[in-house]
Amino acid sequence: MAIEQDEIEKIAELARIRIAPDQIGPLTQRIAGILGMVDQLQAADTRDVEPMANPLDAVQRLRSDEVTEQNRREDFQAIAPAVENGLYLVPRVVE
Amino acid sequence: MHDKSVAQLIAGLRDRHFSSVEISRCFLDRIARLDSTYNSFITVDEDAVLASAAAADTRIAAGEAAPLTGVPIAHKDIFCTNGMRTSCGSRMLDNFTPPYDATIIRRFNEEGAIILGKTGMDEFAMGSSNETSYYGPVRNPWDTNLVPGGSSGGSAAAVAAMLAPAATGTDTGGSIRQPAAFCGITGIKPTYGRVSRLGMVAFASSLDQAGPMAYTAEDCALLLNAMAGHDPLDSTSSEVPAEDYCAGLQEKLQGLRIGLPRQYFDDGLDAATARRIEAALKEFEAQGAHLVEVDLPHSQLSIPAYYVIAPAEASTNLSRFDGVRYGHRCENPADLHDLYTRTREEGFGDEVKRRILVGTYALSAGYYDAYYKKAQQVRRLIKQDFIDCFDQVDVIAGPTTPGPAFALGAKSDDPLAMYLEDIYTLAVNLAGLPGMSLPAGEVDGKPVGLQLIGPHFAEARLLNAAHQFQQATNWHLQRPASANGEVA
Repeated sequence: MAIEQDEIEKIAELARIRIAPDQIGPLTQRIAGILGMVDQLQAADTRDVEPMANPLDAVQRLRSDEVTEQNRREDFQAIAPAVENGLYLVPRVVE
Repeated sequence: MHDKSVAQLIAGLRDRHFSSVEISRCFLDRIARLDSTYNSFITVDEDAVLASAAAADTRIAAGEAAPLTGVPIAHKDIFCTNGMRTSCGSRMLDNFTPPYDATIIRRFNEEGAIILGKTGMDEFAMGSSNETSYYGPVRNPWDTNLVPGGSSGGSAAAVAAMLAPAATGTDTGGSIRQPAAFCGITGIKPTYGRVSRLGMVAFASSLDQAGPMAYTAEDCALLLNAMAGHDPLDSTSSEVPAEDYCAGLQEKLQGLRIGLPRQYFDDGLDAATARRIEAALKEFEAQGAHLVEVDLPHSQLSIPAYYVIAPAEASTNLSRFDGVRYGHRCENPADLHDLYTRTREEGFGDEVKRRILVGTYALSAGYYDAYYKKAQQVRRLIKQDFIDCFDQVDVIAGPTTPGPAFALGAKSDDPLAMYLEDIYTLAVNLAGLPGMSLPAGEVDGKPVGLQLIGPHFAEARLLNAAHQFQQATNWHLQRPASANGEVA
């Protein structure tokens, strides 16, 4: 499956990564190369093979619904780029 | 004192031949004097090291020492350390000081081990050469024109250069074993879920596993004893009880069945490396082990399967880096979209961006079945290959890498060539098995690593086999000339 420049622009947008315009071409080539290698998978016979998400086929463990964490808001806010009155600041979203 | 193994340091501390402060000063001095050559550490906090060492000496004097009390250990800069910068080799986390410890850091702290410093790594553990780090490449102590391997290259180089007696690493596709091989040290990637991932910056959550790197299998066992075990804070942590990994080290290898996968000795393997591996296998035979040819028919597919699954998981894991709660944020964002996209453009390096984009593509509508689901099906076939092998043999052996360390820059412009470096290690992560690398010779002065692979939770068996090999050989005792202050 060849990948085109406009598809790279689309997935970069989905991944929220800005790509400089002059980088789109070279990046498309690189990713096309990787996807070309990945296409070897298509030759494998995987009929009736169950997909494996966990190497031990473990299932999600649940814990009892008890409060185990302390409130550490100040510690977490101290490492944030911008905070005010206990809130994380981002550029205005709603005018 | 800098050339001692962890086991020797423990004995010396116990017998009061030296103090933890003395050991710690020795390594701090060596780091200050020599690490400008290797660039193996990102962060070293001398005051904190000496304070921990003094506390350890008090604990030893009080007769309350745990096995690793007073032993300095370097940690890959992927493990969160409370109050100490944890960069993951990325500009994104250059300013990140975690407010908590990773579980393994907490366990080492409880033992009274010393955090000697944080070591260099490929950015977000994505690389096989340590060249993708925001802090510049780490250099191989055996020849500083060579890469140390990756992604735990700083840990491997620091131990090889005797700047630390032992270190931690993480291994998602070979990142403990390959740098251990390239730097001539011993390292083990435990079974998936054996060591807690809590506080270890996530790359690919179904593959990531932490493990120790040191001179000897015995030292790895000592560290693994502290690291392994169930962690209720990691939902993928195994509830299988951890063992005393030192207990079985002395067992003889008489009758051990060692499988040699045909696919690991094919044309892709450097001829001189193959000869070293074959010589090492003869030593196992001399100790009474049986060598048996086995097949891993899907092993060639481990690279394409890995390079779908790992990027897919990375793309979701790394979506958390948004410039809002911690880490890098771009200057003067015009709006929220600009904040996200420019923060991530600036914060991530090229290889990380490529993997996020490949992963986003593989998971996107219309491609999920062709890429992600297909890769997960192939993953099961790869795991089944190993399960079938372990019906016939106790361990699998082969080379860790297709050849010895390569030159800095030799593959950094060619991701596909770099990915091929991990041909013998990736499948072990896909199957969730324990694997280790141990020194088994050299080619033109460059170390060669022998890989041992075991069934799930057979870490003790691998460490036993490696320890017995190291009782009869001295490859693990070789040290690079540059680390003795000699010109390489």
